[in-house]
Amino acid sequence: MPPVIEAHGLTKRYGSLTAVDAVDFTIDAGECYGFLGPNGAGKTSTVKMIHCSSPITAGDLRVFDLDVREQPRSIKQRIGVCQQEDTLDPDFSVRKNLTVFGRYFGIPARQAGERSRELLEFIGLWERRDARIRELSGGLKRRLAIARALVNEPDLLILDEPTTGLDPQSRHQVWDRVRTLRRQGKTILLTTHYMDEAQTLCDRLVIMDHGRILVEGPPADLVRTRVGREVVEVWGFPPALVAHVREQGWSFEADTHRLWIYTDSGEDVFEAIARRFPSEGCTVRMAGLEDLFLKLTGRELRE
Amino acid sequence: MSVADAVALVRNVSPRSLRVWERNRDVYFVTWKTNLFPPLAEPILYLMAFGAGVGALVKQVQYRGEMVGYTAFIAPGLLATQVMFQAFFETTYNTFVRMHYQRTFDAIITTPLSLEDVMAGELLWGATKGAIGTALMMLAISAFGLLHYPHALLIVPFSLLGGLFFAGLGLCFTGLVPQIDSFNFPTFLFTRWAQNLANALPLTHVANVIRELGFGRVPRDLVWDLLYLLVLALPLNVFGIHLMKRRLVK
Repeated sequence: MPPVIEAHGLTKRYGSLTAVDAVDFTIDAGECYGFLGPNGAGKTSTVKMIHCSSPITAGDLRVFDLDVREQPRSIKQRIGVCQQEDTLDPDFSVRKNLTVFGRYFGIPARQAGERSRELLEFIGLWERRDARIRELSGGLKRRLAIARALVNEPDLLILDEPTTGLDPQSRHQVWDRVRTLRRQGKTILLTTHYMDEAQTLCDRLVIMDHGRILVEGPPADLVRTRVGREVVEVWGFPPALVAHVREQGWSFEADTHRLWIYTDSGEDVFEAIARRFPSEGCTVRMAGLEDLFLKLTGRELRE
Repeated sequence: MSVADAVALVRNVSPRSLRVWERNRDVYFVTWKTNLFPPLAEPILYLMAFGAGVGALVKQVQYRGEMVGYTAFIAPGLLATQVMFQAFFETTYNTFVRMHYQRTFDAIITTPLSLEDVMAGELLWGATKGAIGTALMMLAISAFGLLHYPHALLIVPFSLLGGLFFAGLGLCFTGLVPQIDSFNFPTFLFTRWAQNLANALPLTHVANVIRELGFGRVPRDLVWDLLYLLVLALPLNVFGIHLMKRRLVK
């Protein structure tokens, strides 16, 4: 079976700005694939080329083994997109938003009606089917946008930052639905700048920055191979500690106040430094995606 | 925009554009209360103002060599402005709102519709708004006995063409203006020196046809008026789509 998405040297330039810089990736059927990266990394630009809303500048991009330049309609017929911004129709009710969207895919009215009901039940909005969009909270709107992206029973679901701006409860509600879809075997492409979201939802992911893919793989593997098993985090430490860490050849990151030492044996490192270099605090914890992310993209503030 | 661009653009328009027309129609029915009133009320206000006000001073005007009643002369002009305003407003303000504030187009182009489909749907809907507004206004004007049937019935299909023209013009503006406040009307048209220019402008042609039909006759110069509108409406519509595409496809 050919991959669902195959990109080679995929490039997007806006004037002199290169938003996506010759990236390669392959997404297989049935996996939840993540694009993780800070704002402006090129995630949304990549996604827009995949759903044929933005022409590719260079390279090659095939979706369902079809060229995005040649068969955008056939590709779009089989994908569902939940965009970052709210694009729901404010003049329509909750249910009408789904049926009108179904019409764009050529779904007969009756079938669209049945499908809307299933989807509204799935996201827990059937009771509010006649509500206006402006009466919905941000979390409900996002769930409705996801439901709308499913109206054509897509073979590929694209979720562009599906939980950005949502409160914690709403985020978990969204995750819950995404997990269910994943269990059902749906191929999902997800962009996010939340580590926990990528870690909990993605089978495989790439970390993007400045239009480039920095690493690719299953999140747990990436953390283990690139960061190590554990992190010793020290704050309020004497400058001598940094020199010592360098001497030992340990992998580390530091800012003005905190120091992170990446290691496979956190306890040993902790023992070795805790007494010798008195600090305000020192702790050992499991390494996570956030450590990998910050290690790769640096700690300077963006935007 | 080259001819090849224009051809490629037109080839990207499919019957799916009707889905956008349907979407706009559905919104029109949801918000019908605010849509229905103005085209019905406007002519009554105007005709009363012109009839009782200006009409008291100007009883008759000379039109194409004959004398006609002032209100009978004004009424078809009201219809022509209705065609223009409805279609032009639709593809300027309303299209801008859908594009910029509601991001409706962003959502639709992720479905099998092309951007060209979406814009063609907008243009068709703009033309339809012109026809709906005209038909509603005709109801009100007919109550004054100022339209002669059955000729006047042809005003409705004709207003689709006039509407298409102004929808295309509107879309060109929407493809260019930096923000929604930029839609303003060229007031210089109301000064005297521009009278000759006005005769060359499209609304004059729309008004000519509507006036003749409203008087219950076959419009003189009908072929020229139709040709003028047809020949200009098509490139204007295509150019409008082109500008919107340039604006939206990044």
